[in-house]
Amino acid sequence: MEMMRKERIDRGIKVRTEGIYAISAMKEILYLLGPRLLLIVGVLLLPFFLELAPYWKRVINIMFVYSLLALAFDFLANYVGLVCLGGAFFVGVGGYLSAIFNSYFHIPIYISIPLATILGAIFCTLTILPCLPLRGVYFAIVTLMYPLLATRVIEALNILGGTNGITGIASFPHEYVEQYAVIFVMLICLFGMRRFVNEDIGLVIRGVKDNDQAVRASGISITYMKTLAVFIASLMCCFGGAYIAHLYMWAGLSLFALDFSIIPIASVVIGGGGTLVGAVIGSFILVPLSEFLRFFGTFRIVIYCALLTTFIILKSEGIMVYLQRKYHQFERWVKV
Amino acid sequence: MGKGMKDNVIISVKGISKTFGGLKALIDVSFDVHEGEIYGIIGPNGSGKTTLINCITGFIKPNAGQVFFQGRDITGLAPHKIAHIGIARTFQIMRPYYTLPAFKNLIIPLWSPRARKIGGWRGGGKHGDRDTVAVDILEEIGFERDSRVPYKLASTLPTGYQKRLELARCIALRPQIIFCDEVFSGLSMSEIASMLPLIEKLKMDGITLIMVEHRLRELFRVADRVMALNFGEKIAEGDYTEVIEDKRVKEAYLGSEEV
Amino acid sequence: MEILIYGIINSVTLALISLGFTLVYSISRLPNFAHGALYITTGYIIWLFLNKFEGFPYPFAIFIGIAITCIIGALIYRFILIRIRGMEISEIIATYAIGLAILEGLRWGGLRGMTFTLPVFYPGTVEIFGVSIDYQRIIIVIVGICTFILLYLFTHFNKIGLALRGIAQDERAAMMLGIDSDTTAIISLAIGSGLAGFAAILLLPLGNIIVEAGYNVLIFAIAVCVIGGLGSWAGTVLASFIIGFAQILTEAFLSTHYQMVVALLAIIITLLVKPSGIFGKQKELEERV
Repeated sequence: MEMMRKERIDRGIKVRTEGIYAISAMKEILYLLGPRLLLIVGVLLLPFFLELAPYWKRVINIMFVYSLLALAFDFLANYVGLVCLGGAFFVGVGGYLSAIFNSYFHIPIYISIPLATILGAIFCTLTILPCLPLRGVYFAIVTLMYPLLATRVIEALNILGGTNGITGIASFPHEYVEQYAVIFVMLICLFGMRRFVNEDIGLVIRGVKDNDQAVRASGISITYMKTLAVFIASLMCCFGGAYIAHLYMWAGLSLFALDFSIIPIASVVIGGGGTLVGAVIGSFILVPLSEFLRFFGTFRIVIYCALLTTFIILKSEGIMVYLQRKYHQFERWVKV
Repeated sequence: MGKGMKDNVIISVKGISKTFGGLKALIDVSFDVHEGEIYGIIGPNGSGKTTLINCITGFIKPNAGQVFFQGRDITGLAPHKIAHIGIARTFQIMRPYYTLPAFKNLIIPLWSPRARKIGGWRGGGKHGDRDTVAVDILEEIGFERDSRVPYKLASTLPTGYQKRLELARCIALRPQIIFCDEVFSGLSMSEIASMLPLIEKLKMDGITLIMVEHRLRELFRVADRVMALNFGEKIAEGDYTEVIEDKRVKEAYLGSEEV
Repeated sequence: MEILIYGIINSVTLALISLGFTLVYSISRLPNFAHGALYITTGYIIWLFLNKFEGFPYPFAIFIGIAITCIIGALIYRFILIRIRGMEISEIIATYAIGLAILEGLRWGGLRGMTFTLPVFYPGTVEIFGVSIDYQRIIIVIVGICTFILLYLFTHFNKIGLALRGIAQDERAAMMLGIDSDTTAIISLAIGSGLAGFAAILLLPLGNIIVEAGYNVLIFAIAVCVIGGLGSWAGTVLASFIIGFAQILTEAFLSTHYQMVVALLAIIITLLVKPSGIFGKQKELEERV
């Protein structure tokens, strides 16, 4: 009986181009740029297609916000080793800050969003700071509590509009501004992060995940590196929060809701952890899906969780890793 | 060998003790190391050698005792601060940054504040291309530049190379002292033979080496002075002939004859 | 006096809640984030039996409720966690997802509002040192303390209990002695889930069976365990007394809203001062190098 075995072979172009950039032919350039261009152009054209389906515009905006959150989670979990179960905390801080600036101090939207992003990120980083020496389970547990803590504090003190939230926030001046603002930020973050994790400083951050003791032995403070990483991640999330606040013209306790913590995690697991693009693609799948499932109410969360658990226990590599492999490698059957 | 440098104490350990629960891992260990010498620490398994290194480099806080580096008390400083002032160490259990290629492993120490402050390596560009500097260091430590070895994933390297990578990571920090935690263990004779000149070369460059070993023969070929530990206690110190002839050292390694 | 008595009651309550979580973590190093969900599930099952079958005996319903929860716990390990054992991040996400799925599923299925209640064991109140307490709370304290003692005896003098402790201390060595790590993990998860259910039976008659209670239980269980040091029994008991009294004090002098805030602040402060918790054993030798 003949035994057959599947063999995987790298495509020549990939071998030559990985990190060395030996691009000489149009074909190679296309091979490298093709998928990137597909994503960029596709995303940029999306608002025009949505003219046909206006109902989906808001869903798509939220989808991009979720992809930012998923990016942040992927970065923290798979490059720094910090599993943050409380992504909603960052969102809430960003949203509330922007609401305060815009509604209470009448700062125009163009300034309130960036301001909320930066100040929010600083605030989040400072509050997470005590937990940074923690690892693994401990960090996950404690971050899980942050959004809850924030909710309870706002409820208990009855500040910031209490359970009613802050209303009267300015909306975006034009529909296209609304859509392209989040699209551009998302694209910049995606490609920026992809570059960042391969820069020298990004390598140091990845070193913290691989072997934090060796990083310390190299004279680098791991707390400092983790702080930096959390700051970067919270920048993205706080922008998302601020954007949502302006999108809905309202900031309330639902900004700390479970959805903002769990959907990004599910996106990352489904899209493929550690690829960054996978996180984005995962949310491109999950968020529209959740819109279809709106009919089911909270049953949505059950479906996410079931999906999430299935992907985890089947040790799925995620959609993106699978696609990358198919793109970069041949497969063929060979005799053993 | 090294007798003329008696006054130049670079690191001085005074009465270090450490207990884990009820277990006494180190009991009142003291020693001085002079600048530019190779100081060996020997002892059977479980005699507290690695714990001693951990105490000195800040990874474990000792219960008692002090460590002085060039006269400055560094007891209980955070590990990265100790590394920053020039005390590098290797780890007994090799754990390179597995997901990175070998030369990218060196980017991390090269990026560290210390390496950036001191500048490029041996006159290399100051902020210049860290990748180039990294490959230079690897070549110096025995990675063939023209082969693919420096560019391979660290997890795929054979043990000999991983040990060297561990050492290269220390060198990239441009330290004054390197603590080597069993760099010879798990290596073949030929690998050790190629490692020894490296050690000599580091000494020539003026780096003080403190080597923890239990492969005595290899250690004795390079070490200037040796200290022996047993059950956390210092039992002998001096020239290797003195130490190896010491009755208590023999007992520790071969078992007591009276029993 | 009131503070003292209610503090004790609250502390025992907290300890009961977190017992299951600690047990699972101390034996199999699994953070069971589905703890709160199992707690509510038990309550719901008992409620189902009592209300859907007229005249179903209460003790029997309790027994079935706990048994089903135990089985759910064992099934979770057998079919899900066994595949991802050792991957901490996946364990957390998976158990959290299961818990969420159960809770939100129940909520979707109609577990809302005030209609879901369990009867108390013995109605009425009694006055102790001038403070009126209902019998249920007294039962909680007595049964809670008995549970501690029984569990202590079980883990220290019973063969299975000793095996469980062996696994907890050194998994590899225990496996070499013929103790199967997966079997013990299944047992530990079953017992842990059973304890969650047990706590539910004692505590739920005091309130409504609502989904939010599931989240609260999870949070308090985690809070107690983190402060006491994950996997430490003495730490759990001590921490539940600390949080218990802190909460009663805040309730007495501030307002009920701050209960959760106190628990969370306690966690953050503990982690700042001693990251491994009060009785936590930081595995210094293994982890550090």
